[in-house]
Parts: sequence; C-alpha cells; structure tokens
Amino acid sequence: MAAVLESLLREEVSVAAAVRWIARSTQSSEDEPGEAAALSALGPLRKEFVPFLLNFLREQSSRVLPQGPPTPAKAPGASAALPGRPGGPPRGGRGARSQLFPPTEPPGAAADAPLARRGGRRRGPGPARERGGRGAGGPEEAVGGESLGWAGGRRPRGAGSAGSPSLGLSDPPNLSNLEEFPPVGSVPPGPAGRTKPSRRINPTPVSEERSLSKPKTCFTSPPINCVPSSQPSALNTSLWGLGLAPGCRSLQEEREMLRKERSKQLQQSPTPAYPTPESGSPLPSRTGSLTAEAADPARVSSCQRLKLVALVYSSCIAENLVPNLFLELFFVLQLLTARRTVAAKDDDLEPNPDPLESPLFQSVHDCVFFAVQVLEHQFQVLSYLDKGTLKLLAENERLLCFSPALQGRLRAAYEGSVAKVSLVMPPSAQAVSFQPETDNRANFSSDRAFHTFKKQRDVFYEVLREWEDRHEEPGWDFEKGLGSRIRAMMGQLSAACSHSHFVRLFQKQLLQMCHSPCGAGGAVWGEAPDVLSVLGADKLGRLRRLRERLVAPQSSGGPCPPPTFPGCQGFFKDFILSASSFQFNQHLMDSLSMKIRELDGLALPQHEPGDEDGESDVDWQSERRRFAVVLLSLRLLAKFLGFVAFLPYRGPEPPPTRELQDSILALRSQVPPVLDVLTLLRQGLGARRAVLTVPWLVEFLSFADHIAPLLAYYRSTFVLLLRLHRSLVLSQEHEGGTCFLNKLLLLAVLGWLFQIPTIPEDLFFLEGGQLDASEVDTVASEHGLLWPVLPQDSMPVVDQQLLYACCPYIGELRKLLASWVSGSSGRSGGFVRKITPTTTTSLGAQPPQTAQGLQAQLAQAFFHNQPPSLRRTVEFVAERIGSNCVKHIKATLVADLVRQAESLLQEQLVTQGQEGGDPVQLLEILCSQLCPHGAQALAQGREFCQKKSPEAVRALLPEETPAAVLSSAESIAVGLAIEKACAWLSANITALIRREVKAAVSRTLRAQGPEPAARGERRGCPRACEHHAPLPSHLISEIKDVLSLAVGPRDPEEGVSPERLERLLGQLGQTLRCRQFLCPPAEQQLAKCSVELASLLVADQVPILGPPAQHRLERGQARRLLQALLSLWKEDFQVPVPLQLLLRPRNLGLLADKRPREWDLLLFLLQELVERGLMGRTEIETCLGSVHEAQWPGEFSKELATLFNLFLAEPHMPEPQLRACELVQPNRGTVLAQS
Amino acid sequence: MILTKAQYDEIAQCLVSVPPTRQSLRKLKQRFPSQSQATLLSIFSQEYQKHIKRTHAKHHTLEAIESYYQRYLNGVVKNGAAPVLLELANEVNYAPSLMARIILERFLQEQEETPPSKSVINSMLRDPSQIPDGVLANQVYQCIVNDCCYGPLVDCIKHAIGHEHEVLLRDLLLEKNLSFLDEDQLRAKGYDKTPDFILQVPVAVEGHIIHWIESKASFGDECSHHAYLHDQFWSYWNRFGPGLVIYWYGFIQELDCNRERGILLKACFPTDIVTLCHSTA
Repeated sequence: MAAVLESLLREEVSVAAAVRWIARSTQSSEDEPGEAAALSALGPLRKEFVPFLLNFLREQSSRVLPQGPPTPAKAPGASAALPGRPGGPPRGGRGARSQLFPPTEPPGAAADAPLARRGGRRRGPGPARERGGRGAGGPEEAVGGESLGWAGGRRPRGAGSAGSPSLGLSDPPNLSNLEEFPPVGSVPPGPAGRTKPSRRINPTPVSEERSLSKPKTCFTSPPINCVPSSQPSALNTSLWGLGLAPGCRSLQEEREMLRKERSKQLQQSPTPAYPTPESGSPLPSRTGSLTAEAADPARVSSCQRLKLVALVYSSCIAENLVPNLFLELFFVLQLLTARRTVAAKDDDLEPNPDPLESPLFQSVHDCVFFAVQVLEHQFQVLSYLDKGTLKLLAENERLLCFSPALQGRLRAAYEGSVAKVSLVMPPSAQAVSFQPETDNRANFSSDRAFHTFKKQRDVFYEVLREWEDRHEEPGWDFEKGLGSRIRAMMGQLSAACSHSHFVRLFQKQLLQMCHSPCGAGGAVWGEAPDVLSVLGADKLGRLRRLRERLVAPQSSGGPCPPPTFPGCQGFFKDFILSASSFQFNQHLMDSLSMKIRELDGLALPQHEPGDEDGESDVDWQSERRRFAVVLLSLRLLAKFLGFVAFLPYRGPEPPPTRELQDSILALRSQVPPVLDVLTLLRQGLGARRAVLTVPWLVEFLSFADHIAPLLAYYRSTFVLLLRLHRSLVLSQEHEGGTCFLNKLLLLAVLGWLFQIPTIPEDLFFLEGGQLDASEVDTVASEHGLLWPVLPQDSMPVVDQQLLYACCPYIGELRKLLASWVSGSSGRSGGFVRKITPTTTTSLGAQPPQTAQGLQAQLAQAFFHNQPPSLRRTVEFVAERIGSNCVKHIKATLVADLVRQAESLLQEQLVTQGQEGGDPVQLLEILCSQLCPHGAQALAQGREFCQKKSPEAVRALLPEETPAAVLSSAESIAVGLAIEKACAWLSANITALIRREVKAAVSRTLRAQGPEPAARGERRGCPRACEHHAPLPSHLISEIKDVLSLAVGPRDPEEGVSPERLERLLGQLGQTLRCRQFLCPPAEQQLAKCSVELASLLVADQVPILGPPAQHRLERGQARRLLQALLSLWKEDFQVPVPLQLLLRPRNLGLLADKRPREWDLLLFLLQELVERGLMGRTEIETCLGSVHEAQWPGEFSKELATLFNLFLAEPHMPEPQLRACELVQPNRGTVLAQS
Repeated sequence: MILTKAQYDEIAQCLVSVPPTRQSLRKLKQRFPSQSQATLLSIFSQEYQKHIKRTHAKHHTLEAIESYYQRYLNGVVKNGAAPVLLELANEVNYAPSLMARIILERFLQEQEETPPSKSVINSMLRDPSQIPDGVLANQVYQCIVNDCCYGPLVDCIKHAIGHEHEVLLRDLLLEKNLSFLDEDQLRAKGYDKTPDFILQVPVAVEGHIIHWIESKASFGDECSHHAYLHDQFWSYWNRFGPGLVIYWYGFIQELDCNRERGILLKACFPTDIVTLCHSTA
C-alpha cells in the first residue's frame, strides 16, 4: 500500500490515475502506460489502499492532535491480512467488534511484498514478536521482525504485543498508552483481552506524547458506541445491555478514566491561538506548554507533498471510497483546529529523501495547510452545511490566513445561505384521541374486551405521565417504577383483537409524541395549524424558539453516535422492554411493517419548484413539508421495527466460535425477514425513491444484531446499499441526477450505518472491493438493475433542516469549530445541540386506489400535466366525499331502517305480549325484513357523491381553473368517490344494518323492562317559563326535613309552621310545572315524598310550630293541604304517583298511634282520590282488603273494618261519610264544625 | 367557594365524629356562617363518607351485626315507638341508613333463612312499607329520613343536584353559543368514557385549551378529586385532550395544579372564554 502512496509522492503516478485505479480496478485509456504498469503491479492491493490512506493520515496527525478536540478513535486498517491471527475472531474479524474495518484476506503472496520491502527499509526497534500476530500469513514479516510503521498498514496487537511499545519512524514515547487505550479496531491481545473494549475513541490526549510511530495502522474513526458523550445513550444505559459493546462494563470504567484525564486536560487546556472577540477571556493556561500555536503558511514544511496527499485524499472522498464523508470532514476540521504539535519533536527530524520516511505533518502549519487544501476540494459539500457552520468556517482566521479565496467563497456561501437549522424541543405528551369509528364497542369481540381496553388506555397514559414526571429524576428506574404495572396491563390483553387495538394506540402515540414541531416557529415544515397557533401564532413561535434554546440537548455524542432513543422515544423503547410480551411485539411488528409499507409507497413530488409562479412555490413548500413528515415518520417507525425485530437476537457479544456462528446462521437463514426490506430497497431504487427509502432502511438496519448482516438476505441488502453509496458521487451533476442535498443525506445516513458496531467491519472495504469485480454483475443482474443505476431522485426534497434532523451528528462539525472559537476542549461543550430525529403524525389516508384500465390511465395522464395540487385536491375530495357518503347513508337510510325495526319490534311486543319472545329470533326476523333494503344504499350513495363531489372540487380549485380541467377534475372526483363509497357499502351495508338493528332491539327490550310508564309522553315547560322554580333537589331536601321532623326524634322546639307547609306545596307545584331541571328519578322521589307527607297529614303526625298548646294542625288546614296535594298529583306529576302507599299497613299504622284516632281525613282523602280519578274504587278496595288482613290491635282493627264497610257502602255521598265517622268516633261535632 | 387547604382543614376538623343528622348540620352552619350551606353540606358528606369507609369493616363483623341486632330487638321490645335504631347508629358512630340496612338484612335472614338478595334489600329501603315487620319498617324509615349522608333519599338528592348542574351548564353553553356533544350523544356514538360535555370546537379559558367540561356538583376535596382524576379526568384527557372541571361547590385551591398538564379547575362557569375566531375575510 505504501508503495502506491510512494509512487504518488514520487509523482510516478498521477493522482487521477491512482483514484481511477482505486475506484474502478480496470485501467482506463486515460492512464499512461507507465502509470498503468506501476499500478497493475500493485493490483491486488487496490482495495487496501483507502483504509491504508485513512490510517496513514490518522497516524500522522496523531502527532499534532494530542491536545486538540477529541480525536476520533483509530480504526484498524484493512490494508493487510491477518490470517490465523491468534485470539482473533474466526473470520474476517466479523466477531471482533473492535474493528471498524477489519483486515481482509490478502489477495495473494504478492500482497505482502511491498510491505515487506517497506518494512525492511524502515526498521524500527519494535520487537519481532509484535508480528507474531500475523502468524503464518506473513512469514516474511515475522522474519523481518520489524514494525510496519505507518506504512505497514495494520499492526494488530497479537498475543505477544502487550507491553512493549514498538516504534515508528519518529520514535515517539509513551506508546504504552495505546495499551491502556487501545485504538479502535486493534485486535485484542488475546482471549482475555476480548473483554476489553476494542473500538474506542482515539486515546484522547491522555499524554501529550502520542504514539506517532506505533506501528499500527488505524485510521481515526470514532467508535460507534464508545463515544464519550454527555448525553446518556438510551442503549447504553439499558439494563438489558442492548447495544453494548462487548466488555462495556470495563469500557464504562475506562471511559470514566478518560473523562478524568480529559477534565485534567481541560484545566490545562491551551488558550485559543487567536482568541476571538466572542470567545471572551481565554482560559488561563497553567503549563504554557499546550497553548495553541499560531499557524503560519510560510512555515509549512513540504507544500508539494501535502498538496498531493490532500488531493488523493480528497479524490477518495469525492469518489465515496471512504466509508463516512462526514467523519472525514470532522477529521479535517480537527486538523484545521489543531492547537499545537508536539513541540520537542519538530526539530528532531532531519530531511529525509524518502517521502514516506519523514512525517507528513511536522507542525501545526502542515496540518492547517493540509486541512485547508482538503476543504478547498470539499467546498461544495461545505457550502451545503447549515448557516451556523458556514459562519464559523468563514470566520476561522486560520482558514483566512491559508486560503483567502476559500474564505471568500465560504463567506459568500454563508451570506447566501438560508439554511438556518433550528433546534427542536421535546414535545409534551398529547393523547391519541378517541375515535368512535375504530374504538367503540362494535370494534371489540366482547364487552369484556372493550372494557379491558378502556382500562388499558388509561393505564397506558398513567404510566406515560409518570414517566414524563419522573424519568429525569436521578435514581428513577423505568423498570422498577413502571415495569410491573405495564406487565400487569399487558397480561390483561387476552384477545388478539385487543392486542391490535393496543398496538394501534401505541403506534399512534409514538408518532404523535415523537413528532416535534420543527423549523423556526414552524415555518420550515409547518405544523398542523392547531388552536394554539391560531390563537397566538406569533408569540407562540417566539416562545417556542426561546424554549428551544433552553432545553435543546447539548451533545449528540460525537460524529458517529450509536443508535439511541432520545427524548420520548426512550419511553416507548423501555415500554417494549418492560412489557416483554411476545404477542405485543408481534402485533407491533405487524403494525409497524404495514405503516412503513404504506408510507414508503408514497409518491414523491412530481415537479420542479419555481417553474411557474408563486402558487407552485407554495405547493412546493407543502410538498416538501409532506415529504419531510413522511420521511421522519418512516425513520421512527423503522427504528422501532428494527429494534423489536432484532430484539430476540441482540446480545452484547457475537458468537464465540465459528461453529456456533455457522449453526446460528443456518438456523436464521430459515427465518423470513420481518419486513422485506430488500425488495422495498430495490423498488425504491427502481422508482428513484432512494431518498425516501434508504434513510428509514438505515434506521432499521442500525439495530441489526451481529448475525443478521451475515445472512445472505441482509448481505444482499448491504451490498446494494454499498453500491448506492459508491454511486452517489457528489460532484457528478447530470441532467435528472440526484439532487445534491438528497445525495448528501444518503451519504450521511449510509456513512453512519457503516460505523454501527454490529455491522461487520469488513463490509465496507471487502464488499466494496468485490463490488467492482465480478460480483457486480451478479449483484446487478440479480437485482434486475443495470449498472450504474443512479437513483435519480432528482427532486430537491431534502433541505438542511431535514438533513440535520436525520443526521444530528453532522452538527458535530459546527460544535468542533465552535469549540475552537471558544477555546474549550470541545469535548461536549460547544453550542451545537442535538437535533433529534423527529417525526410527525402520519399523513392522511392514502390516495384511493384508482380505477383500472384505460380510464385510469387517462385520469393519470390528465393529472400528469396539471399542478400536483389538483391531483391532491381531487383525491382528497374523493376520499372525503366517499367517507361522508358512508356516514350519510348511516344517518339516513340505516337510521330509517332502525326506526322501522323499532316500530316492528313494538308491534311484535304487542302481539306477543310483554315477553316478546326470544331476542335472537326477533333480531333474525327483523333483519330478514330489513336487510334487503340495504340495496338502496348503493343508489343513494352514488347520488350523494354525484351531488357533493363537484361542489367540493369547485370550492377547492382556483377560480381560474379552465372549465374543461374543472369538469374533468369533477368527474374524476365523482368517480373515485363513488368507487370508494360503493366498495365499502356493498361490502358492509348488511352487516351495518344488522349491527344497528341489534343495538336498537336490545335498547328497546331494555327500555321495556323497569319503567314503562316513564316512557309516556312528557310535557315540557310552559312557554315563556324562565326556569326560576326551586330546584328539585332543594325540594326533596325540604320535604325530607319535614318528614324527619314528623318521624322524629326532634327537639322540643322543633316543628313546622302551617305556612311553611303551604309554601312547600306551592313550590312543589312550580317545580313540577317548570321541568327544566327535573329528571325522572327526582320526580319519582318527590311523588313518593308527597304521598308520605299526605300520610303524615292524615295521621296528624306533623309537628306544628306555634303556641305551646297547639301542636296539631287545624283540620281545615290539613284538608287544604291535602287538596293541594291531590291537585298536584292530578295535574302536575308526570310520573306515576305511588298512591297505594297511603293504604299500606305502615302508613295506616301511623293512625294507630294517635289517640283519639280521627278517621275523617283518611276518608276524605280516599273519597277525593276516587273523585278525581286518581285511584279506582276497586283498587282502593283491594288495598284496604289486604290492610285488613294485617295484624292490628283489636280496637284499631275494628275501626278499620268499620271504615272499610262505610267506604264500600256509601260510595257517592261525601257528607254521610262524616256521619259514618261519627259512628266510630264520639267527637263528630268537631269534625263537622271543621268541615 | 375556593378554599385553601388550611381553611378546608379547619372545617374538616370540626366534623370529626359528628353524626349525620339535621341537628349537626344546623350547628355546622352556625359555626361557619360565611361558607355556603351547600359547600358545608358537601364537605360534611365527604368527610363523613371517609369516616364510614374507614370504619365500615368493623360494623360488618358477625359479632358486631349480632350485637346490633340484639340491641335492636331489646330496644323495640321495650318501646317500639322509640327511635331505637337511629340511636343505636348514632351511638356506635355509624350512618343510620347503613345501620338500618344491617338490621334489615339480619332480620330477613332470620325470617327466610337464606341471605336476602341485594335488590330485595334495596327495594325495601327505598320503600320501607314493603318490610314485613311494621315496627322495623318504621324504624328503618326513621333512619332514612334522618340520615343526611346516606340512604335512598340522599342518593336521590345528590343525583338531582348533579343533574340540575348539568342542565345549568348546558344552558350556559347554549347561551354562549358553544356547540357541544353531551354524554348521551357520546354514549350513543360508542365512546367508552364520556365527560358531561365535549366541545365541538375547543375554547380557551384563562389561556388553557379546553376540549371537554365536566360538571361536579360537589366540593372538590383531595380524596374525591384524586379519585375523579384517576377514574374520569385523566381518562378524558387521554381521549379528548385538555379540559375543564367545574366544582360547583368549590374545591381546595391547591388541587388546581394540573392546569399545565391539561386539567383546569373552576368553581363556576368561566367568564373569560376565548373562542376560535373565524376570519371573515
């Protein structure tokens, strides 16, 4: 590998040729014969070049970046093969999660030749045993016994490597640090070492001396899940250990150590070289030895060489030969902001004729020069970054100093940029609303299931609220706090249909909560115009922006963070884990897959923005917004699908042995994938929708377990993604090509995916290497794609807001630059805050299926040349009118049928008596009579759609729409609406009628039961009633008071005045006439109380207030009150009055206690009851008869019998009754007098 | 009538071990003349219910029932017209209506040798004239009309009060031209949880969005409010979003702490309702 670089540096081979060679393997006609010869000799090494180059740069830079911002971790190079590495993973480093890019098999013996040569030349003090790791694969090196140096590519730390540092060309001290902080991807020393974290961040400046020459070939690449991050990673904090790298326990400790080191460093951190005005006072430097050096273009050591390497490097970046574009940019910015080099070493180096022997970066000046060179090549990418980053770049004084031209372009780009990326705020929970259509009883198998789900909904939100309140409290634990409640709830979900209901709720809530309003005040993506924004959009937007500043997270965990569940997503993840319900997970996967398929099928916007007028611009904005919403929803759903789908397979460690792995593979290859992502990816590429499909696919795959990527199915998926990655050359802009930001998004998400720990490290380079060889054709033909197939997603649907929302880690660039400005170490500070991938509520329903055949084609063609808003309008109208039509049919035709059913049922009940027969049978009879009428539904539905659709279309389309277009649009809308409505109606109308009739029958039968009288016709308030009557509740209490006084016990001074009694009855009359506040139970109670009161009056039991002597009501007064009651019973009560109570033994018994007994009031009352038709004579006779049978004291019984006989004997004579009383009672005179 | 927790505690303090009689209520009104009667009654009723809940079990042990029954029998043998049952209830600090139920149940059990059904008991309590024993019927009736916290009469009054306030609220909504769906309409549509009113177009009250309104014709104390939150208000929130609860007889000020979360408390119909403006342009 070094040979290639050497050839380049010696200018034997041109950069262009080299890049062509790397990228395409075949020689191009453009290559000069000499170059071709030089390169073809190196052919087998071709694919090792890029990893080698990257490691080389990292290695070189490590010298000058000791105190800089966090240097990304080193990744192992892939330049040399290590067959049979002891202690290594079985094959290809697959199991060695330590390696980002593990070694590939050497193409042949020739592969090592140049290395050996190189090594031979640059003999270092590294002990021979260091090479032991190579084993049989590299005998010559073992013989050579020397470190490969930076040229050697990879230096695996084999079993014997621990301890003694080897050295490289510049012989730097303190190599042992690498043992403490093994570089990413270095092969662990042995089985014991396997528990050591392997992929880690670059030995952050634990010491200022860096192992420059340590013969290991790593290139910086921040380890995926070991990024020191101030933001807790949802995965890493998980009890379940998901996503933890092997040995993460110790990693945690180590990270802690590192943190301490860092903070130490922070204290010693250098003052910024050029404190900018914004940065405030520089940090005091304690040691003075670490101050940032001023970079000076004049002191660059070898411009030519640096330029050349920068060009090769840039070309590799441009050709997408590097796995992660933004990681390289991050690295370059690190070089740009390097504080100082290791001072003591600078002068030690003597000029060396061998271009590879002298360090590439000898000083800060070299670094900055190199960085600026690369940035110049990458200007195009930079210009698409957000405005904040551009500002920081444009204001960087080193950049100005080294390349005023680039600075000028950046400044111009900054000034022209509108890409303000706003930060999001965590949304507060809002519940999924209850929708009767899907949530009412009819959607459940049983009452029990319905009520269970009702409770579950409430438990779910209770848990959610508790989580909201408490999840940030220190020491609060999801599982401990909520786990058992969640499991208890899940345990109640017995029926399958309940699971699907719950999953629907869960998924909707997920989409709703993880939808955060994005964009400055909602302007970029907009939000559904909710009441709040309508009420005070302006203030609200400002408030929101203010809140964003306060609450936006500070860090996103480095340029390559592991997949996490930020914010509310954490709740859903933990919920799934705590529920640990197989059924739930299965239903959830089903539901997520379906939603993903649905959203993924969405058509991309069809036309270019700004081609016509303002109208299309507005349309375009909303198209874009819609796209962003769909994309973010898809990513969220896919992330959870990936999480759940791979959950059973995820573990902290890959299988320990090859045999085990093979057997797992054999087993797993039998299992069909949860969602056919490969097909969806192919379709997406074929339909030029990569920009929609790939971002969610990446989210899904980022949760793959260790084995999944090895399965043929997923391997094919990855190969396809790799091909896509390679094809997305940013600089290539051709007609109809993928738009730049679309490409950038794809590159960013793919680059991120390639860094995920569970994705095999060799995948990128190994597969990448194979891709352009023979396999390409097979892959291409297998996928039915012609190479090169560019997903020409040519619509500029991605903007910076979406880019940063999907890839918050791009913000790390800004953070790095900002930390340079502020002089902080930039570990987690900086102002760049995380942009959480967000999502919004799902779109409305999918466009309805269009009619088949020629008509459909014509309709499609009609829309083709119309603005997309027309199509959307028509589809929308059809969808809504179709749905309204069904509702209308329900409210008219079905409601009529239900009414018919009710009257038929009434008839049935009359003919069959109150029992009415078996309800099931009744229902069958009714349905057989009524269901045939359902056929009318189609005709009525058609009529409805024909009437309503054109109105709606006309109202929604611009006034200026040409008549022909309008009428076509109308007729298409009518057709679609009819199609939709009739499809539903013809399938469901019978069931609907049955259901409604059934409900009506059970309603009627229930009403038949207890209170038939209550259903009688009821009068309302009289006209002009002002509802000022006393409230029924007040009257009941009043009467109750009187009753309690009468029944006793009472204090001697307690009693009721006759006036109060009269007033009470007057009020009762008012209340009964004003029916505003009266409900049947209250009226019934009033009726009963009034009867009780009458009994007490008859028995003279009401204690009367007044002069001490008079504790009894005057007979005349009593009669007046009874008359009033009689009239209320007759005229005003609308419920049946339980008058028979008057003649119950208990009430008559009240008379028994009185002495002397007076029967006249009772007789009077009975007579009046008959007189007024309130009770029939026979009814009274029956009652009295039964009273007579009761046990009474002898005397009372006799009197009762006499009264009974009198009542029977003299029915029609009011006066004689009094005489009859006289017979029973001596004081007839008084009675007469009173009457 | 919004009370602070301290004010409320002062009232509640006076209600310890007070029998639920007419006389007690009268005294309470004299003690707190500035509070509305309805509020005092509501608080009294709630406090008394808490007391009953706490002591319910001890009155339902076999021994207790037996001893009450014997005392009742002894009492009525001496004087059937005396308020035996009522005095017994007051003496053991239990609600008269509930004591009546215990004795009636025990009585019927003796008569029929099988435990009587709940519906029979309830029916007899509603209409004591159905009770086969005349003396017991009178005793039960006396308990019921003298109990101001329990019993069918009180239940009916509470129900009526609740209904009246719903009607009142409905009128106010109509008056304000706010369209709504009421409980019956919601139930007919198949909603599983139904607040009194769902506004078809949400409004804002004191800056808070309101989707639904629940009328509570009682005083909102901690205990009842938490129960309502759990059984009703959060359930409404879970389905319909933020809403308003009107405690017509007031509430403890400190309970109105979920405003930001979406549950607003008021003691009357709000006056400053902001509605969604339809632009006429």
